[in-house]
Amino acid sequence: MPRIALEPRFQVEYLSILDSDGNLDTALEPKLADTDLRSLYRSMLLGRRLDERMVRLQRQGRIGTFAPTKGQEAAQVGSIYTLRPTDWMVPSFRETAAMVWRGWPIEKLLLFFSGHLEGGQPAPDQHDLPITIPVATQLPHAVGLAYAAQYRGDDVVVMAYFGDGATSEGDFHEAMNFAGVWHVPVVFVCQNNQWAISVPLKKQTHSRTIAQKALAYGLPGIQVDGNDVLAVYAATREAVERARAGDGPTLIECVTYRLGVHTTADDPTKYRSDLEVAMWEQKDPLTRFRAYLEKRNLLEEGLEQRVDDEIAEAVRRFEATPPADPVVMFDHAYAELPPDVQAQRDAMAASEPATPARPDASPEATPPTQPGATPMRGQRLTRR
Amino acid sequence: MAKLNMVKALNQALFQEMERDADVLVLGEDVGVDGGVFRVTDDLQRTYGSQRVIDSPLAEAAIIGTAVGMALYGLKPVCEIQFSGFAFQCFHQIENHCARYRMRSQGRFHVPMVIRMPYGGGVRALEHHSESEEQFYAHIPGLKMVIPSGPRNARALLAAAIRDPDPVIFFEAKSLYHAAKEEVPDESEVIAIGRAQVAREGDALTLIAYGAMLRVALEAADILRDEDGAAVEVIDLLTVSPLDRETLVASVKKTGRAVVVHEAPRSFGPGAEIAASIMDGAFLSLEAPIRRVTAYDVPFVGFAREKANVPDVPRVVSAVRETLAF
Repeated sequence: MPRIALEPRFQVEYLSILDSDGNLDTALEPKLADTDLRSLYRSMLLGRRLDERMVRLQRQGRIGTFAPTKGQEAAQVGSIYTLRPTDWMVPSFRETAAMVWRGWPIEKLLLFFSGHLEGGQPAPDQHDLPITIPVATQLPHAVGLAYAAQYRGDDVVVMAYFGDGATSEGDFHEAMNFAGVWHVPVVFVCQNNQWAISVPLKKQTHSRTIAQKALAYGLPGIQVDGNDVLAVYAATREAVERARAGDGPTLIECVTYRLGVHTTADDPTKYRSDLEVAMWEQKDPLTRFRAYLEKRNLLEEGLEQRVDDEIAEAVRRFEATPPADPVVMFDHAYAELPPDVQAQRDAMAASEPATPARPDASPEATPPTQPGATPMRGQRLTRR
Repeated sequence: MAKLNMVKALNQALFQEMERDADVLVLGEDVGVDGGVFRVTDDLQRTYGSQRVIDSPLAEAAIIGTAVGMALYGLKPVCEIQFSGFAFQCFHQIENHCARYRMRSQGRFHVPMVIRMPYGGGVRALEHHSESEEQFYAHIPGLKMVIPSGPRNARALLAAAIRDPDPVIFFEAKSLYHAAKEEVPDESEVIAIGRAQVAREGDALTLIAYGAMLRVALEAADILRDEDGAAVEVIDLLTVSPLDRETLVASVKKTGRAVVVHEAPRSFGPGAEIAASIMDGAFLSLEAPIRRVTAYDVPFVGFAREKANVPDVPRVVSAVRETLAF
């Protein structure tokens, strides 16, 4: 009969190891080999330089709209680093740095963002789902993959990525709930970058943290400094080990910041102040990790140049891709085309010119057009 | 050989497919201990265990979403959505993911899953328990949309759907679950998805129906034979999408007239696509406009008025007579 407090013993931890002023908590510092530290930095740097290059390519009209990762390199690289190739990665749409780490060729990502689905095709031996755009809808897929792995008795951990906005979606809550009930090996990695396009976190949730949402589903949740690659790595490694040991899912909230635009079609000056951005630039994940490596004498000479060369080489390969053959659109609709769709395909194949122009090809690659016949962007070039 | 109603026949299909393939698993609300609210999954959990016949939490989107993940891993989940009226809570998973994963991943992944849903009226049920909403799924490229009309074809089509490498939406007419028993052979059978069947031959007019409306069409054809001396050919679609245009066109080339019957509202429904396909393939054979006998273009009307909304035998007979007299 009484009205009493249940006092559930819930707590949410916050983890920071290397702060933006360069202070290091040596007791918490993960024991990483020099090669790992170098490799982490290289991936973060590659993520940053590729991001900057992609924004320029988009502005030049050489690729389409994409969602930049600038500012979130530690959250992505620090977490994905803990996965094995046989584990599964389930991305949303802003995980370029993590995807490159997982082996996605850069030219393939560029192809994807120029509208070619071939760029979203994982390699046959790659345990990654393609980019998923509708917010949070990939999270139940991660839980299903983990269930299937457990059902088959495979030693597999699934890592799923999403943002702060996704935590308002039903699919996030349903996925967390199913993962808790089924006790499956999933690690949910939330990149809380403070902004879901123009809506700030405080309008997204009244919770003090995103991490605490895990507690309602019976899972551990932890908040980490998402710009501290060592903290992200340490928290994720713990979660992955727990999942691998059969101890169920974890939610990790990486507190980070989207330093750039939501997508290249977005103008953040409409909704946030330069001052706020400048404040977060002081917490740049690359700056503090670079200083950490410098102190340990682990910075590689000429790394920036090598990374830029790698990107330039990939851009060259991307731009040498032959034009898209329209008829290929029928190849992966069904295992076997229904007769009527086959007829649609045959009609297209009979009417298509042999070498259609690719609207997004580089200027050198586009065929010359008659004066005054400049096509709209996205329109096929026609020669009269 | 045993006489089975549609519930038992569907249950047998699930047993047979789970027996033949360890990758087949079942999930949904109340499908385990309870055997499903219509008992289609009865005894499966007792036989195959709770890991393979999963009583999921109550969330349609996650039932379909997790099943997509299982299918991407290589399993063959058979999901139950308790009533088709609740499927809008998982529609995004069906449209955005089930239907598209083969394309999105350019063939690296495919989604071999089945989504079973009881649909349609005739059981005096509340809102969201009586609707007929096949048109939404039939419109989505990448999906297949199957609706059996009796115990034997239900068992064979469910087996085919489970073995299909692509996602199949499988509608089960609630009014047919216990309507009739039919002789069903003991050994498993398969009916190819995408093929309609001529349920009764005739040369006066082609009457096209599926699911619970097949019985209505056949009864109408009886009356037209007995009272008008008209031999109406009745086609049971079995698969709504991909539509078996070949069978429809061949029939109308012979009869010159067509009437389509469905329980879904008329506008932009399957009847429109069927009529357009007949126009494409048999225009010069047509002697009369193609008529549609369907539910009216109004939202759920309540079961007290359901009989006035869902096509019945007199409405079909009258549409056929008008078409024959045109």
